[in-house]
Amino acid sequence: MMDFEYLVVLLALLFCVIMAMIRVIRGPTAPDRIVGLDTINTIVISGMVIFGAAFNEVIYIDVAIVYALLSFITTLFIAKYLEGGDF
Amino acid sequence: MLEILIYILLGIGIFFNVLAGVGLLRFPDVYTRLHAGTKCTTFGSIFICGSVIILGLKMWYQGSTDGSVLAIHTVGALVAILLTNPTGAHAIARAAHKSGVEPVGAVVDSLRKKSTKKAVKKKTEVKE
Repeated sequence: MMDFEYLVVLLALLFCVIMAMIRVIRGPTAPDRIVGLDTINTIVISGMVIFGAAFNEVIYIDVAIVYALLSFITTLFIAKYLEGGDF
Repeated sequence: MLEILIYILLGIGIFFNVLAGVGLLRFPDVYTRLHAGTKCTTFGSIFICGSVIILGLKMWYQGSTDGSVLAIHTVGALVAILLTNPTGAHAIARAAHKSGVEPVGAVVDSLRKKSTKKAVKKKTEVKE
């Protein structure tokens, strides 16, 4: 079972994700939505690290490392697409 | 004693992550939102990963081998965050400026001339 303090931390991170999700939905331009997505990615990585500490499982933190690298590639690709021109 | 340090680090990390969310909602512009949403989450993630590293070192000191693995892998996750997050923010800002989003209330924009020249050049090349 999860400890109480980790539950509080994860609920606060969920609150941050909801605020960033509002920006993704409302954002007037496309770069606004990308900024929201990038923020959600970083918050999810710290949430996975907290999960690994709460359940005492190292596999969550390995998933966090792979998620960080893949989200970095996704962000770079979308930015390159917005910039225009040829790849 | 070490538990109190872990809780303090967790509290600082959560505080900065909530600040990132509030700044993302309240700021008027892409660039200021990027400032809030990237820097604050990087700083908060440093503190959250630091608390987990201290927890792993404490478990290792108490004699469990799981603790050292937890600490070392969390250092790997922290290095991944620290390398990728500022690079992605720079790429987003460059793409936003090149795709024509203006900063709100900016008096001087010395990058604008270069990018408009390039855009005009590209358009004329396409016409020819």
